[in-house]
Amino acid sequence: MTVTLKNGVLDPQGKAIEGALGSLGFAGVGHVRQGKVFDIELDGADKAKAEADLKAMCEKLLANTVIENYAISLD
Amino acid sequence: MKSAVVQLPGLNRDRDMIAALTKISGRAPITVWQTETEIPDVDLIVIPGGFSYGDYLRCGAIAARMPVMQAIKEKADRGVKVLGVCNGFQILVEAGMLPGALMRNSSLKFVCKEVKLEVVNAETDFTRAYEKGQVIRCPVAHHDGNYFVDSKLLSSLEDNGQVVFRYAEGTNPNGSLSDIAGVMNRSGNVLGMMPHPENLIEAAHGGSDGRGIFASALDVVAATA
Repeated sequence: MTVTLKNGVLDPQGKAIEGALGSLGFAGVGHVRQGKVFDIELDGADKAKAEADLKAMCEKLLANTVIENYAISLD
Repeated sequence: MKSAVVQLPGLNRDRDMIAALTKISGRAPITVWQTETEIPDVDLIVIPGGFSYGDYLRCGAIAARMPVMQAIKEKADRGVKVLGVCNGFQILVEAGMLPGALMRNSSLKFVCKEVKLEVVNAETDFTRAYEKGQVIRCPVAHHDGNYFVDSKLLSSLEDNGQVVFRYAEGTNPNGSLSDIAGVMNRSGNVLGMMPHPENLIEAAHGGSDGRGIFASALDVVAATA
């Protein structure tokens, strides 16, 4: 799962990273947004159930949906 | 007036809060541990500041999911006053008991200093010892006090008088939206604020501007005549 700040929410850490990349000489760096990655191992082989569980985990704990979006990818 | 102070691992302002409540109300608050599912009958529940669960995931996020929070929610629904200071404010927001979110300070730095607060709404259970527009001194000490709500919710908070304190005179220490330092819920019995009024209640602190919040909430001052 990746959790990132919503558009329109100021991301001061992303801004600081953007500035630091610029000062390292990386040209052409646009907007930088900082986020979080969660690797979660689940038992069972039911993909639909896994996706539903992960969504509930994001909604209930892993993301603060007032300010953050989340995306789920299953392997 | 009886009060309770909630204790969670990583909170470190509980002793200051207990001292303030004891001095102002004349009786020591009950302490409530995070795993407790029942809270004794009190008039005011305070969640103090600190760094519950090491600020892991998001400030207050883990604490907000502890059993005691369900008990606090039930009490709040029945009208018991709840005050969250600093990490306590973050916990109340994470628990969905107050609107909005508290983000990393715009400076990315921990701030520890004194600010000025404007009492925006003096007709609350927590602020009636003050006058509307009064500017008081108050210390802050936090890394994530940058209050955010979307613009629609912001106007409804302002229309409903839910913005209780604003940083005044250019002292906003964290980039908080609309200089918001403290907000309450719609029914007015849950207040969260980043500054630490418990650290400015007596001469030894260098002032007593913070005392009015506890005096109001504990009914030590008479209701406005």
